[in-house]
Amino acid sequence: MGIFDFLKPRAPNSASVAKERLRIIVAQERAQRDAPDYLPTLRRELLEVLKKYVNVDPDAIQVKVSQEGGHELLELSVALPDKAGG
Amino acid sequence: MTEIIVVTSGKGGVGKTTSSASIAMGLARRGKRIAVIDFDVGLRNLDLIMGCERRVVYDFVNVIQGEATLRQALIKDKRFDNLHLLAASQTRDKDALTKEGVERVLNDLKEMGFDYILCDSPAGIEKGAFLAMYFADRAVVVVNPEVSSVRDSDRILGLLASKTRHAETGEKRVVQHLLLTRYNPERVERGDMMSIVDVQEILGLEVLGVVPESESVLAGSNAGNPVILDLTSPAGQAYDDAVARLLGETVPMRFTEAPKKGFLTRLFGG
Repeated sequence: MGIFDFLKPRAPNSASVAKERLRIIVAQERAQRDAPDYLPTLRRELLEVLKKYVNVDPDAIQVKVSQEGGHELLELSVALPDKAGG
Repeated sequence: MTEIIVVTSGKGGVGKTTSSASIAMGLARRGKRIAVIDFDVGLRNLDLIMGCERRVVYDFVNVIQGEATLRQALIKDKRFDNLHLLAASQTRDKDALTKEGVERVLNDLKEMGFDYILCDSPAGIEKGAFLAMYFADRAVVVVNPEVSSVRDSDRILGLLASKTRHAETGEKRVVQHLLLTRYNPERVERGDMMSIVDVQEILGLEVLGVVPESESVLAGSNAGNPVILDLTSPAGQAYDDAVARLLGETVPMRFTEAPKKGFLTRLFGG
């Protein structure tokens, strides 16, 4: 770092951007990796059914499988749209 | 007792074959009996990197299909007579490798008394890559400090933990090592390349070695002399350190920091 460096335009630190992006995508992919293969299809079919009744967003459905005290737990959560939006 | 080591990465072009060749030579130089197998069916290259491309008569697929014996197909290295190469086939038939065939060849190599069998994996996660890792006891995952390489490495680490024989039988787990190559300490210092710590944190694994980006790697490939043979080059020394660590030695990391700048360079920027 030279004393005249402030005259140069400062480049953003791209390594930390890379690290942050990777941290998020890797965590997301690890979560999917351990999940059963049927989850994406299940999620898509649930969405089809829900759409018949409410106008939900494609990413409003969260399907998660987790381990709890020796048994598996399938967790579904659906965020319903606001009254104005629905 | 033979140990099977796979050199893999997911992403292509990160230095798998270069690393396989150097690790194989390094183990041989340390007196180990080693067989190295090129699993990249259709894209044979390890022979070229190791400088024995003109001596390939029979290949891995010939042995699997019974057209040649293992002894006929193994190419003895001219520098180390305890190092043997089994070349990949240039066939375009993707189904040439079978799980049973690969297992049979590996068992025969074990019976021949090799200390290590090194499997050089093709890129991707298709059949060749799957079979290269399936029977492994240990894995060296080659990674560059670059987003797509790191992401693919994580995927490969996941496969090593689930799609290998050890994972399926549940008796043991495949020991995982990270080998960080094409590392450029100056660029890391400037903040435009991820550091060793960054990569370790994302992948949750310590590095086995860090090989600096170096002109001598290409020069070695050009001549068919893997860079580990050039002990004057930092990359060659870094590979040799990694081989020592693979054998359980404790060796401090080298070439991971940028050379110190002089006073004038620091004052006026460089």
